[in-house]
Amino acid sequence: MKAGGSISIWFFIGVSLLFNGVLIFAAGIYQYLQPPETPTVLFNLHAGIWWGALLAILGAIYCLLYRPSRMKS
Amino acid sequence: MTALLAFASNNRLVHLATVDLAIIVFYFVLVLAIGFYLKERANTGEDFFMAGREMTAWIAGLSFLSANLGSLELMGWAGSAYQYGILAAHWYWVGAIPAMLFLALVMMPFYYISKTHSVPGYLKLRFGESSRALSSVSFAFMTVLMSGINMYSMALVLKIVLGWNINFSIWVSAGTVAIYVALGGLRSAIFNEVLQFVLIWAGALLIPILGLVEAGGWNGLKARITANASAEYTHLWSTLGSAKDNPMGIHWTGIVFGLGAVISMGYWTTDFLVVQRVLTSKDMRAAKMAPIIGAAFKMFVPFIVILPGLLALAVLPMKLMPEAQAIATGGHSYNEVLPLMLARYCGPGLLGLGITALIAGFMSGMAGNVSAFTTVWTYDIYRAFIKKDASDQHYVSMGRWCTVLGVAISIGTAYLVMDFKSIMDYVQALFSFFIAPLFATVIIGMLWKRASPAGGFWGLLAGTASSVAMWAWVKMDPSALRYIALSPDAKDMAENMYRALWSCIICALLTVVVSLLTRPKPEAELKGLVYGATEIPPESYVTVLHRPWFWATVVGVVFVALQIAYW
Repeated sequence: MKAGGSISIWFFIGVSLLFNGVLIFAAGIYQYLQPPETPTVLFNLHAGIWWGALLAILGAIYCLLYRPSRMKS
Repeated sequence: MTALLAFASNNRLVHLATVDLAIIVFYFVLVLAIGFYLKERANTGEDFFMAGREMTAWIAGLSFLSANLGSLELMGWAGSAYQYGILAAHWYWVGAIPAMLFLALVMMPFYYISKTHSVPGYLKLRFGESSRALSSVSFAFMTVLMSGINMYSMALVLKIVLGWNINFSIWVSAGTVAIYVALGGLRSAIFNEVLQFVLIWAGALLIPILGLVEAGGWNGLKARITANASAEYTHLWSTLGSAKDNPMGIHWTGIVFGLGAVISMGYWTTDFLVVQRVLTSKDMRAAKMAPIIGAAFKMFVPFIVILPGLLALAVLPMKLMPEAQAIATGGHSYNEVLPLMLARYCGPGLLGLGITALIAGFMSGMAGNVSAFTTVWTYDIYRAFIKKDASDQHYVSMGRWCTVLGVAISIGTAYLVMDFKSIMDYVQALFSFFIAPLFATVIIGMLWKRASPAGGFWGLLAGTASSVAMWAWVKMDPSALRYIALSPDAKDMAENMYRALWSCIICALLTVVVSLLTRPKPEAELKGLVYGATEIPPESYVTVLHRPWFWATVVGVVFVALQIAYW
């Protein structure tokens, strides 16, 4: 499915996941280095790091697979 | 905008960091950008109201599900799971899957072949103008109320979690929906619904994962719930033998016949909010596959909605309570389950994504309501009864203005919702008023050639009127519950199930009786509308793996397995 001219729906989703993933990953790393005074439950699992990395990787894959230049060709 | 969001915060359950605000702001920017990008593809009526009828099965299927997955679903059902236990999962399983498969395999061919633009439009073709008028007016009424409910849910969560001013939350989010739907029409709504679907999962999935880790897996969760509440909260069917044995006060007949056979059939097969998404499919096979894909994903939504409610029963240190009691005592209400669980597990970044998931849920639900309202108003009320011969451009322009108007009315109705003790009970009451009788009318019209225009109209009118009358009877005399819900112990939800069942039966009986006494339509006029008068294209040209029947069977088997696993 293409939206508008040539950009796929999945490209927009990739951009969203990549942006959010990078920010969450960076925030997770920061919290790992500077633990908060009142941590969340299961803080020791550092969910922000692995969840952010997972979203960023998925987003990057979707951005590459559905990038506008590839869809035009 | 980030500064504005921070300014709007005062008292709050959690504090958002800059990274959280950045994620939320990026989401708003992205959905608006999509609306502006798609504006060029919304110039004709077919584009604006039907998204050009060019969606693939995946897009239509995910949108079909996402339009239903509003913040109401996320928050309301998580709260219901805390209140009623795993019984709330019935609304996702027996209350959805059979109906979605039925829509795909039985009803979709008639909707698609008739090329109708709406469910009231189908009634016009099958039964005539009076049936269309009745269903379009009741649908428009219900839709703006639903939209108000969604808005209330979202404003509530943002107020509780972030301390945002309710008016600020409502106007920013509703304004955003109005802009992107008015610009890009249904295509923009669908496109954003797919994005929102992904964000909802990305933002909400961590709660059950971390919750199960904390609770010690499923067995640990059951043990904690047994200690904190009762073992009955983790059984799906085994406590339904008597209304006294389960937290909802419902008998299995209410779940199977009221919910499974009437309310869910009515909602998933005739509520235009969801059916509209499937009508945008590019061909018949995509139209049949879309609800099946939606059903496959629907089966797993309890993982991000029901499970957090159960986890809250197990791990939260405080007891949640009904809305009115929470307001009076300063405690937390059932509807705050998801925000409380978000605050429990999610730090900076994750919290922003979780809040974005709730806002995305609100927007997908509201965009669904508004785009469906716009189509029904423009095609089934305005063009049918007010201005019949205007140009296509005129109707597109009317659609854009109607989008803004629909949002404005929804904002007004949001305040009505605050007087009701439970959001979901209220929604179920609305469904039983309008949707349950409509299902009887549509299905009889599709499967019985003898059903006459007069039968369709009077059956629908009697079904709706009887539903409202039964509701009023119980309100005036609570002891009437023993007749309507077959038990004086029935809770609101159980009452809604039975009221829907009775109104559907009344509608069906009257439709049949009046049809037998009046003249039916000639068979030539039923072509493409009724079973037996419609040639449905064969699927023999595709392999088994591409046939809707094959995938519907797969989904059906998994559905049965889930019922047994959580019996």
